[in-house]
Amino acid sequence: MQVIKPEEVLSEYHPPLSDHEAVVEAHRCLYCYDAPCTQACPTHIDIPRFIKKIATGNLVGSARTILESNLMGATCARVCPVEELCEGACVLGAEHKPIMIGRLQRYATDYVYQRGIDVFKPGVPTGKKVAVIGAGPAGLTCAGELAKLGHSVTVFEKRELPNGLSTYGIIVLREPVEVALAEAEMVKRLGVEIKTQMELGKNLSWEEVRNNFDAVFLSVGLGAVPALGIPGEEFIVDGLGYIETSKMNPGALQVGREVVVIGAGNTAVDCATIAKRLGAERVTMVYRRTQKEMTAYPHEFEFAKKEGIEFRFLTQPVEVLVQDGKVTGLRCVRMQLGAPDATGRPAPVPVPGSEFVLPCDQVVKAIGQEKPAVAKLLDLETEKGFIKVDQDYQTSLPGVYAGGDCIRAKGSASTVMAVQDGKLAARAIHRKLVPSAGVAADD
Amino acid sequence: MADLSINFAGIKSPNPFWLASAPPTNSGAQVHRAFEYGWGGAVWKTIGAPVLNVSNRYGAWHYGGQKMLAINNVELISDRPLEVNLREIRDVKRHWPDRAVIVSAMVESTPEAWRDIILKIEDTGADGIELNYGCPHGMSERGMGSAVGQVPEYCQQITRWVMDVAKIPVIVKLTPNVASVVPPARAALAAGANGLSLINTINSIIGIDLDTLEITPSIGGKGGHGGYAGPAVKPIALNMLSSLGVDPVVKQSGVPISGMGGISTWRDAAEFLLLGATSLQVCTAVMHYGFRIIEDLTDGLNAWMDAKGFKTISDVVGKSLHRISDFKDFDLSFRAVARIDPDKCIRCNLCYVACNDTAHQCIDLVDASGQVVPPYRYDVHSNGKHEAVSTRPQPVVREDDCVGCRLCHNVCPVDGCIEMVELPSGRPSITWDQLTQARPEVGTDWEAMKRYREEMGIEIH
Repeated sequence: MQVIKPEEVLSEYHPPLSDHEAVVEAHRCLYCYDAPCTQACPTHIDIPRFIKKIATGNLVGSARTILESNLMGATCARVCPVEELCEGACVLGAEHKPIMIGRLQRYATDYVYQRGIDVFKPGVPTGKKVAVIGAGPAGLTCAGELAKLGHSVTVFEKRELPNGLSTYGIIVLREPVEVALAEAEMVKRLGVEIKTQMELGKNLSWEEVRNNFDAVFLSVGLGAVPALGIPGEEFIVDGLGYIETSKMNPGALQVGREVVVIGAGNTAVDCATIAKRLGAERVTMVYRRTQKEMTAYPHEFEFAKKEGIEFRFLTQPVEVLVQDGKVTGLRCVRMQLGAPDATGRPAPVPVPGSEFVLPCDQVVKAIGQEKPAVAKLLDLETEKGFIKVDQDYQTSLPGVYAGGDCIRAKGSASTVMAVQDGKLAARAIHRKLVPSAGVAADD
Repeated sequence: MADLSINFAGIKSPNPFWLASAPPTNSGAQVHRAFEYGWGGAVWKTIGAPVLNVSNRYGAWHYGGQKMLAINNVELISDRPLEVNLREIRDVKRHWPDRAVIVSAMVESTPEAWRDIILKIEDTGADGIELNYGCPHGMSERGMGSAVGQVPEYCQQITRWVMDVAKIPVIVKLTPNVASVVPPARAALAAGANGLSLINTINSIIGIDLDTLEITPSIGGKGGHGGYAGPAVKPIALNMLSSLGVDPVVKQSGVPISGMGGISTWRDAAEFLLLGATSLQVCTAVMHYGFRIIEDLTDGLNAWMDAKGFKTISDVVGKSLHRISDFKDFDLSFRAVARIDPDKCIRCNLCYVACNDTAHQCIDLVDASGQVVPPYRYDVHSNGKHEAVSTRPQPVVREDDCVGCRLCHNVCPVDGCIEMVELPSGRPSITWDQLTQARPEVGTDWEAMKRYREEMGIEIH
């Protein structure tokens, strides 16, 4: 019998670029002026600049160029949907191959992390204190940027480890845990204190936060995977938990022989990938709409197909079949597309009498996350359930700011968008706390 | 199929490509192999005075990821025993009667030493002799090489000694380390040389090692100037070649020229031919890629000649020389402007930044509605390829302001995207020479220049 070693089958998919590959690729970059890749990057990293620094052998300068626009540059190098962002906008894309911007970014940021080189220093102390709730990419970025500006920052994180989904929610195939933790360590070395296992409303009171800090940044992300509301739901495995186990304790992950993953977003693809790589004979993703409406990026869909994952579109689960406490199948109904729903996408409607059973022994769901609970806790104004913020990322409570997935009422949630929120919010907080600072215009 | 064969002052070869006197022609085995690959001739690595070599010998200049844009060397002439070289030359020539075997020589500056070496070379059956007056390092410290080539009188004297003895064609190889190659060329011709060749290597220091702060290449911690060659020297070589081609004395002599200096491809070769070279010598490109490059040198040249209707090499030689002119004879009224083809343009904006920062500020960025927009105008919240690509402005030349400098054309990474288009200037043709003969004050007085410009409607912004 074939022995599957999780640390091998789940290890980072792309190898690092060799020095030679990196330099050759860097030289291929045209060094566009006012480059479209830079505009397409939500954090507007000066991409031609960092790439030319690779070409000249100035790797510390290259990493600094990346990190000054995006403190989570090592994560983004790995998890960004570059096909939709920088690489998708590369002027060489039309007739040639776009520059491998993501992998070059990884090359430069790995260089400084592997050598323990810090490219930033804490700022001159301002005497102001800022609390950050949630140590994900938005929170860490905001904290790091504020520390660079001299503020005293404390980050409260409910989990045991910092860096949110980068640590817990992105499969190792795309980002090893160490990369996410190294970013948190870098932020700590800027003087930021990260207090873990502190959860607002549980062992951390809002009064305590309000009374002890001059400003607060909420970067709490989203909630649990919502319920499907179907019989047998208690036998469904939570997708984010599935991924978390695959990262933190891969040997303990129970993977079925025939696995059905409900959902068609990037997390669903990740769950299906883990299942397949850890030995599931058959992995099927079921989605109630069609390929056109799925939220996974096209390149993720292609990747999943190459992994041998099967897809059942226009399929809605109606019941998890269980026998003797074990899952035996997923009863589904076929769907057809009807009139557009609230999201503007055609609403799937069940086809009468079309029920069928997908035999399986494990069902995983990755159908998005619930809205942030903190909005209710603090009685914040919301927009579609997300925390509502103004241009300066300020919530309806003065001095309380928010960013990251918890404010993503528009567009799709991503690490890089969270980083930009954290960076811009830090600047707004700084302007508020030090009105004389006259912060230079945002990039 | 064009006929690539040449007859260079009586030296015949099936194609114009000769290996230059250098490491590739260091031994009989190498030259045999080169001929098997199809090289038309070889100039044997210089033989003559006894020498010892050092290591490291070669430095190189790499740029933009391209290796060996140029090489420099502190290698001397052949360090193999003279008798071994002579024996191998004889052997090669016997095996390859149809190829050109030329022997480069350099000895101390006495008539006896030159007489001795010339007789020995002729005894091998070689087709010709090349006098190395060019080597810029080492040998020059001993009064040979460029120490001779830089002084026309020495050049003439030594060539005279050689011509008094030689029965086979003699080519004088010129050094580029002079203000003009014309005086030494004329000196060689005055002494009766049968051919000229140029350029030898250029004095150079190729670089410094930024870790050790040593000169590259480092010879036990020391370094010094070496001979510079390779693709980067081609424009210098072309200029020197053309300066011979337009010199009335050289032209009058009818003596053929062997061109070299950075020839790497058939395109380079064609350019040397067009500026008056009859044979072509190659070294650095071979040192980079080996003898096999002869295949495309001949194949590509052949295809180009066929396409252009040239039947023989002599049809090509010197075809562009009549276009070599001086600034004073250029038409001041000729007007060209840059035009960007929006269908080919990839909007890298390299033309825009080059023009705006360093030339004449006449390229605008124009958005889809026709408005001129500044660069970097997007909002911090912009994200994703669709917005970046769909809102990207198009660089457009303001032709009225374009001075036709051609910088944008040169920086554009897309072939055929930015073309220089000739437009009527509305002014009669006139050269600087004609203008300043008719109105000398225009060349000495800014007020007079201003009046002239106003009369002609020449605006400078």
